[in-house]
Amino acid sequence: MKDMLASMRTPRGLFTVALLLVFALLPLLTEAFGQRYLLSVGTRIVIWSIAAVSLNMILGYGGLVSFGHAAFFGIGGYAVGILSANGLGSGWLQWPVAILASAAWAAVIGALSLRTRGVYFLMITLAFGQLVYYLGSGLEAYGGDDGLNISRSRFAGLIDLRDKASFYWLCLALLCATLWFCSRFAVSRFGLVLRGAKSNELRMTALGFPVFRYRLAAFVVSGAFGGLAGVLLANEGAYVSPAMMSWVKSGDLIVIVVLGGIGVLFGPLYGTVAFFALEELLKPGLDLLHKGWGEYWQVVFGPMLVLIALYARGGIDSLLGRRDG
Amino acid sequence: MDYLLIQMLNGLQLGLLMFLLAAGLTLTFGIMDLVNLAHGSLYMMGAYIAWTLIAWTDSFVLGALLALPATFALGVVVEAVVMRRLYARDHLDQVLATFGLILFFNELVRMIWGPAGKSIAVPAFLSHTVEILPGVPYPAYRFALIVVGVIVAVLLAWLVARTRLGMLIRAGASNRRMIAALGVNIELLFSLVFGLGAVFAGLAGLMAAPISSVKIGMGDDILILAFVIIVIGGIGSIKGAFVAAMIVGQIDIVGRAFLPDLLKTFMAPAAASSAAPAISQVLVYILMAGVLVWRPTGLFGQRS
Amino acid sequence: MVEPLLSTDRLVKRFGGLLATDNVSIEVRPGEIHALIGPNGAGKTTLVGQLTGTLAPDSGSVRFAGRDVTRLPTHARVRLGLARSFQITAVLREFTALDNVALAVQAHAGHSFRFLADARADRRLRDPARRGLESVGLGDRADTLAASLSHGEQRQLEIAMALAGDPKLLLLDEPMAGMGAEESQRMVGFLGALKGSRGMLLIEHDMDAVFALADRITVLVYGRAVATGTPDEIRAHPEVRQAYLGEDAA
Repeated sequence: MKDMLASMRTPRGLFTVALLLVFALLPLLTEAFGQRYLLSVGTRIVIWSIAAVSLNMILGYGGLVSFGHAAFFGIGGYAVGILSANGLGSGWLQWPVAILASAAWAAVIGALSLRTRGVYFLMITLAFGQLVYYLGSGLEAYGGDDGLNISRSRFAGLIDLRDKASFYWLCLALLCATLWFCSRFAVSRFGLVLRGAKSNELRMTALGFPVFRYRLAAFVVSGAFGGLAGVLLANEGAYVSPAMMSWVKSGDLIVIVVLGGIGVLFGPLYGTVAFFALEELLKPGLDLLHKGWGEYWQVVFGPMLVLIALYARGGIDSLLGRRDG
Repeated sequence: MDYLLIQMLNGLQLGLLMFLLAAGLTLTFGIMDLVNLAHGSLYMMGAYIAWTLIAWTDSFVLGALLALPATFALGVVVEAVVMRRLYARDHLDQVLATFGLILFFNELVRMIWGPAGKSIAVPAFLSHTVEILPGVPYPAYRFALIVVGVIVAVLLAWLVARTRLGMLIRAGASNRRMIAALGVNIELLFSLVFGLGAVFAGLAGLMAAPISSVKIGMGDDILILAFVIIVIGGIGSIKGAFVAAMIVGQIDIVGRAFLPDLLKTFMAPAAASSAAPAISQVLVYILMAGVLVWRPTGLFGQRS
Repeated sequence: MVEPLLSTDRLVKRFGGLLATDNVSIEVRPGEIHALIGPNGAGKTTLVGQLTGTLAPDSGSVRFAGRDVTRLPTHARVRLGLARSFQITAVLREFTALDNVALAVQAHAGHSFRFLADARADRRLRDPARRGLESVGLGDRADTLAASLSHGEQRQLEIAMALAGDPKLLLLDEPMAGMGAEESQRMVGFLGALKGSRGMLLIEHDMDAVFALADRITVLVYGRAVATGTPDEIRAHPEVRQAYLGEDAA
């Protein structure tokens, strides 16, 4: 407890606490300033943060560059969508099914992909992501390429997901739960094995750890949380489509994790906020420079990513001061 | 039977285009150990530059010929400004940086050429059909694509197998440190290889333009297919890229052509014809997964 | 006669045309230090790979602790009590010395599918790990990052990790490589003190260390085990003198 209070006084701690405070108060703030639109941006940031934290579990702690993580958006989302289209609207059914389906998919692709190494791993996960994408666009009965409008999951009497503020707080609570799990996971026996295998796989095997099994388990856990993010994303827009699992979205997730700081608990949070905030800031900023330039904000954003890759290793987290241990 | 032949020719033509795109990618991958997601952007830039030059010269051939050195120059500039700094980095940094380049190029194209797609007309002298077999007509432009594709593939095979540059490329793909030890100017070699890859990508983009369209992001999805091809073939292997491109071309086209009939046996006809392209894509990815499970470094890849 | 702890029976491994392991049959008895020597390229690394399970032999078998382990993966052999250190130092550089040994302890403390409890606060892992560090003389370096340890200290850390699971057999792949004279001397003393407690297979180029420590020595030349015997027998062996030690070596 004392340690926690001390770490809160560092710039990193203050920044994180301030960020969480803004998150907690966002519905009240947007209401007070009449910026309803910002609440839905905030909701998406929270959901994407959950997905990014889940990717960080395998990418950051496991060192496994998985390029197909958006597939879990899709599987989680489509599970909700397909059940809802068939008249099964209860969240008590939809959510567990969606999360189990995502975990099952993670088990299958993990078992196959983890046989490969390095860039082949990156490519095979990308290919599996594309496979799900094309399966989604081949689902003619559920809208094909155009996607599917769905009704939001029902939790009778408990919470109405149509209410924007309630839904936001639910997402935030789930993000906090995910972060809590990740913080335990990172220092648990399991997490240490995963991190040890990232550091030196051969060494861990020689110590007697069946590394493959632990990585596969990490994949499944990560996939389950990714599926949860998909469930939330589907409920946010009341809509699912193959576009939510295109490889560009998987790329976005990697960018977010690297941008925030890989293998850092709050890194995905920093990364998601920066990723979304940059868009909201660059547009008006460029418009100020010259009317109409705001539309082309990615001409600035793209090279920024290049510069971050080249010169800001460790991402935003490393800008918040040195880290010990 | 004629229908099958035509579809197989279409598959061959797609395979050759994919080979052009994959050849540069597999070389930069194999020699520089670079994951270049922006390779698809060079494909797109090739098509857009060609569109402008064709409009300016009012000649398809002249415009296309001028577009090649232009994409070469673009490739060399991109290599010098960004890629060169990424060779020694891990794959994650490369993914981040080249992903940034994709965003940049897509937006740049929107700024310069506008959001609407462009089309390049099939040149008049190739707008007829040729009889590949008595009574079997085939569009002359597609036939020309096959001819050009074969010529370029042969040229590339010759370049890699018979020239000093090719010797260095082969040596580099199997052992990067060795070419440094040979006292070769690595920077120049890398820059040349990257420029060459850009030319092939640009050529593929401009040749594909008259049969599809020139639009923003046109390189993004085809890039993934090119990655699939080089991974199936084995990273760094030109031969592997060629074989895999041929296989993928056939699966894609033949799948598109014949799956609907197959699917109609148990699906509604309308649903079958719109699901078929998606399913033929799925087949390609299943093929890749199968190859990697069977041989984790691809068909012709170096065993580690 | 006591059954050997580790034995190979006519082990063969080819790489293309090269016969890297040529019908090798060796035995390590419980409690003995058995040294494996041979010039560079004699096939020591290939043999070690087959013993630990990173390489599959083309023919022949490996027995360990009374059972055939030829087809067993590395981690399963470790579970049976076959621990190793690496020729090139292999510690987890981003972890502290204590973390390194604690992970080695953890490897032998049941499965690690435990997601919530803080392993760094777990005394069942930390206490034995601390004792292990102290036993190799690294007690005061527990909280130092492995990457910041000196080369000699990293080698000591490796030994502590290998010993953490109380293995029946310790496979030491050139433990003195890259060490200064003084550090080597300390390592010889340390390994000597361990003698008798468990079997050891020592692969080493430092002949002074080998002859000081080993109970028996096997000489490997071009993938073949040309001789096995006590240090005195090996010194006197004509084929060994010619092929390996050179005539002036005795």
